This record gives sequence, C-alpha cells and structure tokens, in this order.
Amino acid sequence: MIDAKIPEGNLADKWSNYKDSSKLINPANRKKLDIIVVGTGLAGSSCAATLAEQGYNIKSFCFQDSARRAHSVAAQGGVNAAKNYKNDGDSVYRMFYDTIKGGDFRSREANVYRLAECSLALIDQAVAQGVPFAREYGGYLNNRSFGGVQVSRTFYARGQTGQQLMIGAYQALMRQVSAGKVKTYTRHEMLDLVMVDGKARGIIARNLETGEIERHSANAVVLATGGYGKVYYLSTLAMGCNTSAIWRAHKKGALMSGVSWIQFHPTCLPQIGETQSKLTLMSESLRNDGRIWVPKKAGDDRVLNDIPEEERDYYLERRYPTFGNLSPRDISSRAAKERIDAGCGVGPMKNAVCLDFSKAIKEQGLTKIEEKYGNLFRMYDKINGVDAYKEPMLISPAAHFTMGGLWVDYNLMTTIPGLFALGEANFSDHGANRLGANSLLQSCVDGYFIAPYTIPNYLSGELKAEKVTTDHPAFAEAEKVVREQLERFLNLKGRFSADHFHKTLGKLLYDKCGLSRTKESLEQAIVEIKALKKSFDHELKITGDEQVNSELEKAGRVSDFLELGELMCYDALQREESCGAHFREEYQTADGEAVRNDEDFCYVSAWEWKGEGKQPELHKEPLVFDTVKLSVRSYK
Amino acid sequence: MKLYLKVWRQENRESKGDMVSYVVEGISEHMSFLEMLDLLNERLIQKGERVIEFDHDCREGICGACGMMINGRAHGPLSGTTTCQLHMRSFKDGETVYIEPFRAAAFPVLRDLKIDRSGFDHIIQSGGYISASTGQAPESNSIPIAHETTEAAFDAAACIGCGACVATCKNSSAALFTSAKISHLVLLPQGKLEAADRVIKMVSQMDAEGFGHCSNTEACEVECPQEISVLHIGRMNYQYNKALILKK
Amino acid sequence: MKQTTLMYKLVMAVTGLFLCFFLIIHLLGNLQLLSPPAIAREQFNWYSHLLSGNILIKIISYVLYLSIIAHAVYALILTRVNIKAQGSQYVYDKRGQVSSWNSRNMGILGTIILIFLVIHFKDYWYVYKFGHLPLDAKGNKDLYSIVISSFQQGWYIILYELSFIALGFHLLHGFFSASRTLGLYQPKYAKVVRVFGWAYSLLITFGFMLIPLYIYFNFNS
Repeated sequence: MIDAKIPEGNLADKWSNYKDSSKLINPANRKKLDIIVVGTGLAGSSCAATLAEQGYNIKSFCFQDSARRAHSVAAQGGVNAAKNYKNDGDSVYRMFYDTIKGGDFRSREANVYRLAECSLALIDQAVAQGVPFAREYGGYLNNRSFGGVQVSRTFYARGQTGQQLMIGAYQALMRQVSAGKVKTYTRHEMLDLVMVDGKARGIIARNLETGEIERHSANAVVLATGGYGKVYYLSTLAMGCNTSAIWRAHKKGALMSGVSWIQFHPTCLPQIGETQSKLTLMSESLRNDGRIWVPKKAGDDRVLNDIPEEERDYYLERRYPTFGNLSPRDISSRAAKERIDAGCGVGPMKNAVCLDFSKAIKEQGLTKIEEKYGNLFRMYDKINGVDAYKEPMLISPAAHFTMGGLWVDYNLMTTIPGLFALGEANFSDHGANRLGANSLLQSCVDGYFIAPYTIPNYLSGELKAEKVTTDHPAFAEAEKVVREQLERFLNLKGRFSADHFHKTLGKLLYDKCGLSRTKESLEQAIVEIKALKKSFDHELKITGDEQVNSELEKAGRVSDFLELGELMCYDALQREESCGAHFREEYQTADGEAVRNDEDFCYVSAWEWKGEGKQPELHKEPLVFDTVKLSVRSYK
Repeated sequence: MKLYLKVWRQENRESKGDMVSYVVEGISEHMSFLEMLDLLNERLIQKGERVIEFDHDCREGICGACGMMINGRAHGPLSGTTTCQLHMRSFKDGETVYIEPFRAAAFPVLRDLKIDRSGFDHIIQSGGYISASTGQAPESNSIPIAHETTEAAFDAAACIGCGACVATCKNSSAALFTSAKISHLVLLPQGKLEAADRVIKMVSQMDAEGFGHCSNTEACEVECPQEISVLHIGRMNYQYNKALILKK
Repeated sequence: MKQTTLMYKLVMAVTGLFLCFFLIIHLLGNLQLLSPPAIAREQFNWYSHLLSGNILIKIISYVLYLSIIAHAVYALILTRVNIKAQGSQYVYDKRGQVSSWNSRNMGILGTIILIFLVIHFKDYWYVYKFGHLPLDAKGNKDLYSIVISSFQQGWYIILYELSFIALGFHLLHGFFSASRTLGLYQPKYAKVVRVFGWAYSLLITFGFMLIPLYIYFNFNS
C-alpha cells in the first residue's frame, strides 16, 4: 500500500522532528552525487541552486531557451506568508487552516502545516536575494489580501511577483553555474525516465536545436515541470507547458493523484475567436476593488454602461455576502459559469462577466486605482483596445492551475524511489482547490526548503550503490522507445496538425470535464478521447525534420495530453462527490453549492498506469485529520 | 484581412537565410501577431511545408521568449510591447509585413526566427546575483528599504530579457539589459556589498559575448517592453567608473 | 585589468568634453573678429601671439592635439567593434524611427569635422607656425589679414558653415552622451545637463557660424 511517510509527533513538530532525524551526507561525499533537475521554474531553479550550494552536482534541464523563462514568471498576484506583519490575527496555524479549508479538506495536514511553517523563511530568502517586494513608506514590507482568506498575508511585487521571485531563483541558479556546480541544458526536453533496479537513475532528453537524443545519468531525478492545465489548450498557461515529463514518469510506474482537480481562474480574458491560443490572466488582485456583475436579464444586449444599477446582478455579493467578490477561485469561477450558462453572459460570445471599477474609482479616486492596477489596465487596453477606466472589464474563467500531479509522500518522493516531484508537478498541498498566492509559495518552499532536506535523506542510502553509467542497457532501451516514437511521428502522413488534436481535446475537456462534470459527460468524454487518440495515431501530420521542429515537440506533448485527458476523466468519474475544483453536478445542494462526501471519499486517489488502452488502477491514501475538524466549506 | 508577408527562413546556424514571401488571408484584427503566424503555419502544414520556427511561450508579455523584427522594428510598430501582445489591428489590410529575427553577432540564428540568447545568461552568470545561499537570510523586515528605493529597484528588475534592446541598437549593445540588472541589485542594501566586483565582471562579460558598446542613441528604451529607462545605463557607468577608481 | 569598450568610451567622453571646453575658448578668441577692423586686427594678432608663447598654453595645446587624435582613434576602434557586434544586416530596417539621426551618425559627423580640421590646421595653424607672415603695427604676426582674406571666398564660407552644422549635431548628442558615459544617472541633473548641452551646442554652433558670414558680408561690400 502507498505510505505517505508522515513523521511522528504533534502537527506543529513534525517537520522539526523530520529535520532532526533525517540522514545527512558528509560534504566530501556530496560532490560524488549527481542530481538531475528537470524544469527551471521556481521549484526547479530553487531546488537546483540550493542543492548545488550544498555541494551536489546538478544537471538542470529546461525546454525554453533560458532558465528564466519558465512559466512561474507569469504569476502576478503574490506569495503568501504567515508573517502577521499586518497584526491582523495571522499565524502559521491560521494559514494552515485556511489552506486546508481552501483545499476542501482533500490535502494532508502535515504537508500543509509544513507549507505554512516554511512560508516565513521564504520571504526572508527572497528579500535577501533582492526581490523587490512592495514596501510601505516606513520601509517595511507591505501586504495585501487575496481571495479566500480574511487576513492580509500576501507579499507582492506589483503585478510581477512570479517574475521577481523567478529572477531571484534564476540568479541563484546562475550563480551556481558560474561556481561550476550546475550545468544547464536549455532547449532540452525530457522524453523518458530511466530506471535501473526499480530506482530512477537518469533521463533521456532531446536537444531541441540539434535533435540529438541524449542520455543523462544521476543518483536522483527531480521533476519540477509545472502543471498540465494546457491540456485544455485554451488556458492561462504558456504554450510550451506540458505534462510529458510527469506523464512519462507515470507510465514508468509513478502514481498520479488528484488528476482532475484543475482550478479555473475566475479573472481571465474571455475567448473572442476561433484562432485564439491563450486566455490571458488578469491578476486576481483586481477583485479587491472590482465588483463582478452580469445583467439580471438574460440576453441583455444593451451597452454595459447603460444598464442601470438596479438591473445589475452582483451575484458573488448576493450569494456569498461574507467574502463577496473575494470568494475563493473555484466558487467564483463556478458562479460565473452558472450565470453564463443561464444566458446572462456579456461580450461578443456571451461568455464573460463584468469586472467593474466605477465604484472604486468614485470612492478612492482615479489616481489611487491607477497606482494600484495601472499596469493591468494598460495590459487590458493593449490586448482588447478598451479603456477599462471607462467601461467594465470583461472576464471569464479559464483553466489555470493543476492541483493534481504525481503522487508524492512527505519527502516529495514519488512511488519510484529516487524520483522526486516538486511544485505544481506534484499533487501535495492544495487539496482540491488552491488558494491564491499559494502556488508561488509551494513551488519555492518545495525547492528551497523541503527537497534540499529530503533528497539528501534519500541519497544517503545511495552512496554505496553501484555507479550507473549511460552505457547501462536500461538507457539503451529507453532511448530506443523515444527514437521509435519520434520516427513514427515524422513518418505519419496524416491530415491534421498536432494543434488540431490539441484544440479538439481541449474543447472536449472544457465541456465534459471542466468547471462542472457529470457521470454521463465523463463517460462520453472517455469514449471520445479514445477515438481521438486513435485518430491521432493515424491522422497526425508533421512537417519538417528532426532538428529544430516545434511541430515534432507538440506531437509528443499532445500524445501525452490525450492519455492524460483520459485519466482525468476516470479520476473525475470515480470521485462521486463535489469538492473544491471538482464539481459533479449530481452532488450539489438545491441552491447549487458543492456537496462533499467525507464518508466515502476522504482519501487521495492515486492512479497507476496499466498500459495503453487499459483502465488505470486506483490506489487510495486515506486522509487522516487529527487537528482540524472537517466542516462544510462555506463562504456565505 | 489579407497580408503579404516576407519572412526570414534559415535552416540552421551555418546556413545562409533568405526572405520568403507568403500571402495570408482571413486574418482577424483580434488575433495576436503570433496567432497570425500560427494560422500561416497551420496552412504550411496542410501544404506539407516546414513551419516557420519562432520562439514564444507565455503569450502574455512576461516570459521574454518571443521577439522578432516586424517591419524593421523590434517587436513591431508599437513601442513598449512584446510581439505576443501586438495585435493585428495595428496593421492595414493588404499591407506588406517584413519579419526577421533579432540580429546581432551575439544572437546567432538557430532556425528561421529562433535565436540563441544565451549571451544574456552568461552576463548574469558573471555576477548578476546577490550571493545569498538558502539558509543565510536574516528576518526580512530587519533591513527597512525606502518605498521609493524598492520601486526604483523594481523598475530595473522588470527586465524580461527579450533582447529587443540589442536588436534595435545600431551597435547591438547589451547595455540596457546589463545595466538594468546592475541597477536592480545596487539599489538594494543587500546588493551593495558586491557592487564593485559585479559591475566590472558584468561589463567585461558583455564585451566577451560580442555585444557592442552603448552610444546612447536611446532606441532601446523605446522598444523595451518594460520601458526600462536608459538612465540605468548612466548608473552602470557610474558604478563602473567608481569601481575603476577605487579598485585596489 | 582587461580593457573594455566602456573604458574606450571613457576616453571618448573625457577627450570630447575637453574639446568642448576648448571650443569655448576658441569662440571667445574669434569673437574679437567682430570688433571694428582697426581694433580687431591688433587684438586678434595679440591674442594669437599670446596663444603661441605661453608655456601653460603650450601644454594645453599638446593636450588638445592629443585629445583630437585620441578621440578619433578610439572612435575608429569602437566603430570596428560595433560593426563586428552587428553580425548580419537587417533586410528591412526601420530602426531609425526610434532614435535621432545624429545620435546614430556620430561617426559620419565626426569624419566631416576631422576633414574640416585638417583644412583648418593647414590654412591657419600651419601658416602661423611655419609660414612667413607680415607683421602688424605692434610687431605681432598678422593672422588677422589672412583670416579676413580667406573669408572673402564664397566656397570657403560654405565649407566652414557646413562643417559647423556637422559640429553642431555632433555636440548636440556628444555633450549629453559624454555625461552619461561618465555616469550621470540622477534624473533631475541628467535633465539639467541635457538642457545645458543643448544651449551650449546652439551657442557654439551659431557663434562660429556667425563670424565667417559677418566677415564675408561686411568686407565684400
């Protein structure tokens, strides 16, 4: 059975106990150990840099042209930490509780507590690296509030918190490159995990410039490859975001958890055309001052500013008076979908809701709003050519963050020994729904503070292990599989581009395994995805050669998305309850609120790959709550 | 709308490239420039031709991956915009649009519009960081930093490393990129300790990568998507001169 | 320590600013030509004599020659570096839209000024130092007559005026550019220097341009 390996002791002492008793490696021995880190986002860069500082040899991989471009840069709003600088009642426990509750009681107490505990050190670390967090006039750090909580614990750097934290981590990584402790492999994509004697001992990577297939061996492999929300094609993610690294690890035996728990961000720009490739995120911080509404009447075609106050439905304020426009993301997104489905949507495709600043501008003045959100308003104008100071912004929910990912234990190790998953690539801390500003936190905490303790703990047992070189037959075998797949893609003479399949899959998932799901829609989706996969295997068309070839890259990624999409549906189908981002229409109250089923589903689903076309096998990790009492997650 | 494109096509680092003409019909003005290229690529696939390779990732103006010369301007006709944020409403029906990669000796072309910007990474590696290992940090509020100072540091730190400054510079200078990093770090108390060493190393690395020098034409500031001020170049020079004078 | 292009730029800035300073002195001297002819002749010749005799002035003049040479040589070195840095050329290039013409063409402007300087040195400096000049009433070499007679020729005036225009554009960018290279970054003072640079450039340019025209129109009529 799967064991989360949670340390003994009181909740608040578990992490200290772990650190006190974890095994260490003598500095002289550390330089004998190699670690591969795939992904250079916040989790990957911070982990690689920190392990290099400790003395290990790191190989760092990313598919982008520079480590700095990982999609962590796009996080706008902020990063949470229980510093209680605002003196408004925050504490580690409070933050732990908010996160557990925000995740709809589907995450591990011990992991979440550790996240809150380490948040304090993260802010210190980032400031020391030169991250220019916002400050008050007295020179001390400033905070703002974010959806789903009642304290101000979010640290931010204008609308670029992710970019700034990323620069800090990237620079720490570059520092280790110049120290000779990290070797970076940019424009490299991991295409398979290599296992020797049941342990992760290396990867097969493709050089995206030359097309060369390379073998890399190591004593441990870390996957920090981010989320797979791009499975929906239209999402807030970068075009290159993919599931390939974790999916190929999954096919080698690592279990996947919470696969269908995907957060839809409520404040994104709506789709306005068929060729659109991206739904741009507008920072959630806008909800601090913006009010969300739709016309009361369905199919209201009037100019938005002409709709009088009494004919506007401020549905979040109406349904959730306590949290109002700052209700958690899953709830806000679902409420928007409910109104849009009811025909009250606005915009050319009637797929959006209004985010209105007229009241805030009236109360606080235009200058204040400009100061707070100027860059976001400019961005809105750039993309849409509309002045949002004068008319409401149009926003709609879009696929954003994947709570699910590779199942990991308390060590962040997957079910494959020596294979670790960090940041969004793992499933661990957010349960069924992530609170705003917790993702930057989790990826940083995983990389700076957790993995650098847990990986050496594992490696201490590997010092005496036999040295594996890339000549090992396991590498040859893995390389062969990779080569065969690439050749097959290049030789298929089908009719449709990889994007065609990706878009079809995305639309299918949006409709049938998106913001809300039903047994029926999911069963249908599984059949359709299987058919789509079959079509993909025969009808794909790739032009170009084996060198720089973005179509070849896409083909591999879409192939994995298709398999993942199927697992998402199995996961959503099996979980007969509504929790967090997972909303099964069969399980809701009369007024449309989610109904969780703690009796039957208070566990983590961990899926095992059983082979192509075969139904995955479910394993269960029961969730035990010693400290918090499970309650109905109400934001009314 | 319909556009006549002339696009730089080049096989690899060694080969010689050429401008190739394409006609693209059915473009909507809401499309981003990259979505227009997606559309063309989709049609090239249908015709069995190799697609136009270009770097892009976040498509929301923050990752710095995209970047091309559009009608002779870095990131296209608008100032302070990345290529992904440029929309087709900035073009006229029937217009001819020239698309080339960012050019500089330090930015070799990999294929078509994809270039190698690792020179920027090397500049950062030479000293563009604060040497604070994990675990060494003091309590974050123990060093107050004035609001204006943080904001000024942020203005410099906002650089996304896209390379438009180099592309638009007649000397292919990386002065704006390098100075933004030097400014970001030297403004903060944490970054002051290593300032002298950092500026000397980074300026030398800039030369070693094959970037030209700055002759203050200030074109970079206009094309920078983050509108980073050329005054940072002044600050870099100040720091450099100070380091030269005070060097033991 | 390794030489960097920024060090070369520093040489350009320092020599450039010294030449800017010299231009003020030169202009002040030349303004004497605007006095009534009788006074102007004595004044100007006396002043020319002063410049050639004093040891302090002599040292400064050597610094001046050196500055001109260094400014030109380093400009050449930097231009070579830049050409190498550019790599391949753009097929369609509209980068000029985002910067001023003179800032991009300091080399061309500088070359015009250099050619001018060669002519200028040959016609006055060389003649004064090594040629045989008549003496004026006070026994000073009569450079004044040479100047007045040379500016009777239309083509000579055009040559000078065009060179001064080139100088003006060169100064317009050069003065502020030097201040940036030397490390002026404070926004307020950077602005002050910029405005000062404009005023300085205009004054120098129009000052120098005025004198040949004055002589041409006053003495020809």
